[in-house]
Amino acid sequence: MSDVASRVKAIIVDKLGVDETEVTPEASFTNDLGADSLDTVELIMEFEKEFNIAIPDDQAENIGTVGDAVAYIEENAK
Amino acid sequence: MELKRVVVTGLGAITPLGKTVEETWTNLVNGVSGAAPITQFDASKFKTQFACEVKNYDPKEYFDRKEVRKLDLYAQYAMIAADQAIADAKLDADGIDTNEVGVIWGAGIGGLKTFLDEVSGFAKGDGTPRLSPFFIPKMIADIAPGHISMKYGFRGPNFGTVSACASSTNAIGDAYNLIRLGKAKAFVTGGSEAAINEAGVGGFNAMQALSTRNDDPKTASRPFDKERDGFVMGEGGASIILEEYEHAVARGANIYCEIVGAGMTADAHHLTAPHPEGLGAKRVMENALKDNNIDPTEVDYINVHGTSTPLGDIAETKAIKEVFGEHAFKLNISSTKSMTGHLLGAAGAVESMACILAIKNGIVPPTINHFVDDPEIDNALNFTFDKAQERTVKVALSNTFGFGGHNASVVFKAL
Repeated sequence: MSDVASRVKAIIVDKLGVDETEVTPEASFTNDLGADSLDTVELIMEFEKEFNIAIPDDQAENIGTVGDAVAYIEENAK
Repeated sequence: MELKRVVVTGLGAITPLGKTVEETWTNLVNGVSGAAPITQFDASKFKTQFACEVKNYDPKEYFDRKEVRKLDLYAQYAMIAADQAIADAKLDADGIDTNEVGVIWGAGIGGLKTFLDEVSGFAKGDGTPRLSPFFIPKMIADIAPGHISMKYGFRGPNFGTVSACASSTNAIGDAYNLIRLGKAKAFVTGGSEAAINEAGVGGFNAMQALSTRNDDPKTASRPFDKERDGFVMGEGGASIILEEYEHAVARGANIYCEIVGAGMTADAHHLTAPHPEGLGAKRVMENALKDNNIDPTEVDYINVHGTSTPLGDIAETKAIKEVFGEHAFKLNISSTKSMTGHLLGAAGAVESMACILAIKNGIVPPTINHFVDDPEIDNALNFTFDKAQERTVKVALSNTFGFGGHNASVVFKAL
C-alpha cells in the first residue's frame, strides 16, 4: 500500500470509527462506511490538512470512495 | 378546558456526586462535597483552581468513538441522564405512542468547550477557515434534545430552554404546562452543563462570581455562611420524565409524585445582581404556588437557589420570609449546591430531583459547610445545616435564578 493510501486509511478509521478491514479502495464513504454528509465534509477537510492541499468543492463532490480519495491526493499533493 | 394532571415517572442523573440517581442521592443525604482541584485543564493561572467535576468520567463507558466526536460534553451528560430516566420510566417500551413524547432540555451555555476548541484552532491558523462541519451542531444549546429525540424516535414538541441558571427549571415548567394543555402525553425534560474549561472558569472568574477558596475546596460552597465568597462551578446533568397522570396510571408506571406548579418571572433589574429585596424571587414562588392554589403553609421543603454568593443568598432569604410569613420558620430550607456545586443550566434539574426524592424518602438533604452566622441572614430559619433531617415532605419547591434576571420555580407534591 502506498504511503498516501495508508495515511488516508488511518484518517478514515479514526473519523468514521470503522474497522481497518472495511476501508477497501472500492468502499463508498456514504454507502459502505456509514458517513453522512457532514462526515464527508470532515473527511475532505482532514485530507486537506494531512496532505497540505486544497480540494475545491466541485472536485470534492467526485470523491465518493476510498480509492477516489487516494487517486486525487496522489495526483494533487505536492 | 380542563387542565391535565402531571406526574413524575422517571429520573436520571450524572453529577459531581455520582453517575446515577442513587449514588447522587446517597451522597446528598450524607452531606458529601463534590469539590476538588480541577482536572480537565491546567488551572494554575486561574483565580479559581477547583470545581465540582463529574468524577472518573470516561465517555467510552457510554458512547462509541464516533458518537463521542459528535457530542460536546454537555450533550454527553444530557444523553446519559436522559437514557437513565427513560429506562427508569420505561418510556421506551412497546405501545408508547412516540408522537406523543417530547423533549425539552435546559442548558445555560451549551457546547462551550467545542466553541473554545474550534475558535482557538482558527485563531492559531493563517486565517483559512478550517472549522469542523460539526462545530455548530455540537455547540448549539438545543442539540441535546435533538439527539435524545433521534435516539428514541420521540416526535413530540422538542426544543431547548436558555435562561442561564434557571434553564432546566424553565424546561421542566414548559414540559409541565404543555402536558397540562394536552399537547403531549410525556416529556423527557431536565438539563445539562459542562463549562469547567478555560472559557467557563475564566469567564465566571472575571465576573468575580466564583469562590477562590483554593486552599480548601470542600468548604468553599457555603451558602448562607458569613464568609461565603462565590459559587463553586459544577457540571453534569439530570433528567426528569413528566407524564400525564391518566397516561401513567393506564400503563402502570411507577409514579414518584405530582408536579403542581411552575412559576416564571424576571427581576428587570441588573445583568447579574439579584433585586436587593428579592422581588422577582418573591413573585416567582407565589406564581408557582398559584397554579394549583397550594397554600404557602402546605410547603415542607424549599430547595433554594442559594449559590453561596454574597448578594443572592440574602435576597432569596428575604423573599422566602415575604412569601411564607411565619411558616418560613417551620419549613426546611436547604441548598444542595453546598455539595453539588452550581451546575448552571442543569442546577434546576438536579435540585428538582432532590425535591422529588425528599418527598419519596421523607428526608431533607442538608446545607453543608456552615461555620459562621451572617447577621444579614435570619438564622431563625431552618437551613438544614450540616446534617440531613427526616421529615415527611408532602410539598417541595425548587427555586432557580439566572443571570439576566430570570427566575423560575417548580412545586412537587406527594400523590
